[in-house]
Amino acid sequence: MNGLSPGVFLISSSLKVVAAFTVLMVAVAYATFAERRLSAWIQDRMGPNRVGPFGLLQPIADGIKNVLKEETLPGSASKLFFVLGPMLSVTPALVTFAVIPFAAPLPTPWGTIPMIVADVPVGILYVLALSSLSVYGLVLGGWASNNKYAFLGGLRASAQMVSYEVALGLSLVAILMLAGSVTLTEVVFRQQHLQLWFVFPLSLAFVLFVISAFAETNRLPFDMPEAESELITGYHTEYSSMKFSMFFIAEYAHLITASALMATLFLGGWDIPFWSGDDAFYWNGQWIMGFDTAGAPVLANPAWWKTLLTLAAFALKTGFFVLVFIWVRWTLPRFRYDQVMQLGWKVMLPAALAYLMLIGGTILVLDEIGLAFGPAYGLALTAVSLVATGIFVFWLDRGRIIGGASRAAGRAPAPRSPDSRPAGGARLSAASGAGSLTP
Amino acid sequence: MAVTVKVMRRPEPGRSSYLRAALRGMGLTFKHLVNPNKITLEYPEEQPDLSPRWRGTHRMEVHADGRPKCVACGLCPTVCPANCIRLVGGEDDQGNRYPIVYEVDEFRCIFCGMCQEVCPVEAIHVGVHFENAEYTRSRFVYDLDRLMDQQHPTTRLWDPSDRKSE
Repeated sequence: MNGLSPGVFLISSSLKVVAAFTVLMVAVAYATFAERRLSAWIQDRMGPNRVGPFGLLQPIADGIKNVLKEETLPGSASKLFFVLGPMLSVTPALVTFAVIPFAAPLPTPWGTIPMIVADVPVGILYVLALSSLSVYGLVLGGWASNNKYAFLGGLRASAQMVSYEVALGLSLVAILMLAGSVTLTEVVFRQQHLQLWFVFPLSLAFVLFVISAFAETNRLPFDMPEAESELITGYHTEYSSMKFSMFFIAEYAHLITASALMATLFLGGWDIPFWSGDDAFYWNGQWIMGFDTAGAPVLANPAWWKTLLTLAAFALKTGFFVLVFIWVRWTLPRFRYDQVMQLGWKVMLPAALAYLMLIGGTILVLDEIGLAFGPAYGLALTAVSLVATGIFVFWLDRGRIIGGASRAAGRAPAPRSPDSRPAGGARLSAASGAGSLTP
Repeated sequence: MAVTVKVMRRPEPGRSSYLRAALRGMGLTFKHLVNPNKITLEYPEEQPDLSPRWRGTHRMEVHADGRPKCVACGLCPTVCPANCIRLVGGEDDQGNRYPIVYEVDEFRCIFCGMCQEVCPVEAIHVGVHFENAEYTRSRFVYDLDRLMDQQHPTTRLWDPSDRKSE
């Protein structure tokens, strides 16, 4: 409880839950708005700009519309699971946010309150568990609709989730090895301590994590479960009104949570770069800033303005990833299903495994040498990771893993040269000769 | 005219790089994202630029004293391919013919403009206008008063010697 009395802990936690939930829901609403505006701008349109100034009240209008729409229940649907689907989908997406620290601790007269809803000791494991839970919502919704497209969407969702969960988990292991902990607060502190965001020393893990996160959130180019042009809208074909809306809230909540997670794991969370004054970590009963050269803890001095600044930093980093998600969605076309599977199992998984070995070995060597956990340690890892990333990109690029249809089917394109013409003619005459022989 | 076939130079399947193509695509979409010239017409504030030959809802020309120019000759209901014009003609004391009833059903109308072309006294016109929303279907049958009240510009007929209406 971070040295807080039970009463203060209870009240502060309740307040944080309400605040985090509210902010997340508003962020979800405005993520839909941002998506519509950005997609419009990318396509040289204006986007929704009628409701309120610059269309800023559009999400509220959408919400009212969705609540007022008629609720339909297909006659042949399995009622219980049909209703359960959207709930199961939206809950994990919202609950995941609980373990993400969003600002530096806030000093109050009743003690220093950590700015995280629940500092669970199993942090990242909790995130992994819940993020894979949400796929049950899609699968149940798709199956219970009793519609072939919804069913296919649900199937694809589960297959995709299984494939990319592996790479996601393995890319996280690299972080765990470097941070030495699964708690997200400690991951943030270790990045402050290293004076280097993990995106540099673990660049390949970052690349793999981002690709997996796209697949996990079912965003283009991995929106197999939805695939408008193939499956109508996939798993939520039969849904209407607020149930449909809940699937969308889930999708955008996932998007924001994944962005927040990427910011926390790889961009230092709420850390403000090049300034260690904001560093704070609860260690052995006191808030510390770090350790001095002798190894003694240096006490942190939290302040409300530091909390606000770090909150802004966190929001900026998360917002950046949300924008990248939207930008990528409106640029890249959807992968074919076999390409998704190929990328997941033949590229991501081996790459993540190999990288894990490499990073594990490097950390082992660095520890054997006796290099202290600090900038030099980080730079050494950065160099190794850059080489690994270079090799990965070269392999992905040169190997043409995501090739065209003919390559996927194992047919190499026939070489075109003048020499091949007589051979072709000979084959043609042979074929005609054979044709004349047949009765 | 000779048939021309444009051959697209595409890389052979399996020989293209996904990463480079994806990054180029990202660059392209970013260029459009920040491009301030959007093609959306902000309609109620900005009006579309209609051609002078646009054929919209009808309008009846009037004399200076407020009488309709129509002489109830019956050419327009005869030529109308959609049969949307109802005309009942009458004759006053001086022997001038005038329309007693002149109704245009804008739902039936196909806006071909033949009524305007055929009119010998340039009374009935199709107009450069498109905002026709009404609350009831019956309001779409325009009677004579309504046709005379219309204020929008009338359509310029196509002139064969000036193909582009310049």
